[in-house]
Amino acid sequence: MNTPVQPDGTLSPTLGPEQPEQPEQPMVRFAGVTKRYGELTVLDGLDLDVQEGEKVAIIGPSGSGKSTLLRALMTLEEIDEGVIEVDGEPLTHMPDASGRLVRANTRHLRRVRGNVGMVFQSFNLFPHMSVRQNVMEAPVQVLGLAKSEARERAEELLAMVGLEDKLEHFPAQLSGGQQQRVAIARALAMRPKVMLFDEVTSALDPELCGEVLNVIRRLGEAHNLTMLMVTHQMGFAREFADRVCFFHQGRIHEQGTPDELFNQPREDRTREFLSAVNEAS
Amino acid sequence: MNFFDWPFALEILPRLLDASLATLGIALAGFAIAVVLGLFLAIGRRSRQRWLSWPITGLIEFIRSTPLLIQVYFLFYVLPNYGLQLSALQAGIIGIALHYACYTAEVYRAGLDAVPRAQWEAVTALNMRPWTAYRDVILPQALRPVLPALGNYLISILKDTPVLSAITVVEIMQRAKNIGSESFRYLEPITLVGLFFLILSLGLAWCVRRLENRMEPAR
Repeated sequence: MNTPVQPDGTLSPTLGPEQPEQPEQPMVRFAGVTKRYGELTVLDGLDLDVQEGEKVAIIGPSGSGKSTLLRALMTLEEIDEGVIEVDGEPLTHMPDASGRLVRANTRHLRRVRGNVGMVFQSFNLFPHMSVRQNVMEAPVQVLGLAKSEARERAEELLAMVGLEDKLEHFPAQLSGGQQQRVAIARALAMRPKVMLFDEVTSALDPELCGEVLNVIRRLGEAHNLTMLMVTHQMGFAREFADRVCFFHQGRIHEQGTPDELFNQPREDRTREFLSAVNEAS
Repeated sequence: MNFFDWPFALEILPRLLDASLATLGIALAGFAIAVVLGLFLAIGRRSRQRWLSWPITGLIEFIRSTPLLIQVYFLFYVLPNYGLQLSALQAGIIGIALHYACYTAEVYRAGLDAVPRAQWEAVTALNMRPWTAYRDVILPQALRPVLPALGNYLISILKDTPVLSAITVVEIMQRAKNIGSESFRYLEPITLVGLFFLILSLGLAWCVRRLENRMEPAR
């Protein structure tokens, strides 16, 4: 299946042709999204629809724009062209009185962004807070949860990631794998509809990757969470994802089920990349 | 040669002690305002809103580039022409507070710059408001490393309070000069003033160190 490429990548509320095989509104939609750093085009008129509950793995050579895609969806990068929608609503844009899309104000941005959670390569825990505080902070301050309720939620999630005995520890006292599991619990505590995983095992020693991937695997099985994952772990992508996108030069060069993409890649670039990865491992 | 007159020194000691309390009070009050105001200036300077960041940057550079003495003169002798009458003590405290707020703002800026960008990305991903992010996440990490620098400014402020004698604030230096002009003896009052500053500075330095130690995270 090929994503329809919009010829003009302009800002327009008509978001590409209808896709009869997916009649429902996607949970995440990139339409003609372009991001440039000076001369360099990192996202090049990208189109991508992700359905609710779908697990999408994004693979590709470094510098191909994979992480930028997630970061744009988390509003950590501003996009230059196109529209990103989350759960049917434009993220960085909003309709004005006449229905035209204009730049979103802070309120709109915060409301739509609340649907998305992210886990980073470098964990980014708050070093001055205990594990429990790390997970409680945003639910209390952002969602306005009572402390007792936030505490309960934090302990529940930390138990789910297997860290119920580390509640009072500080991040520096934990291994990388443990820190990353706290970061997952912290993101989940905000009850996002979409979770983004940005190379979450890349900073970990190989023997610690498993514990993190297991948590993500369980998460995928237990919840109807929409997940986008940038990863170098081809084995995990193959087993976990519903769909794998191969990213090259700011676009999705090829995509399909793990079986299609890994076993019968159609594009030369994809084959080259996969064989390079196989040689390396 | 005029040797140190101990009975005279003892006689003027209570008056100097009294004035040293004024010095300490002015320094603490000025510092208290400066550390709070400086923080707001630092955060305002980092704002992406240029209508906010540019005037603050200008103010900081202006105040840091002009002498404290001229600033307190301005507050005390010029502002009344425009209908703002400040007492010498008010003008002195405000002058010191403003002056040092601009210095502490630069200290805070260094501390804020040292907090990794990734922490900002984490608070964005958790949808936190900027104010909450500053209060709960960014400032606690930014402040600890800059506490010693802030403490040094408390001691600088203390040592700058004699400037206020120029606008008739009766702090310790003004009192010593008065004693000198009454008795024609300057050796004892000025020596004592030096000693007082030494003791006060060492005392404050000790307090700052204690505070730093208490702020060490429990790990």
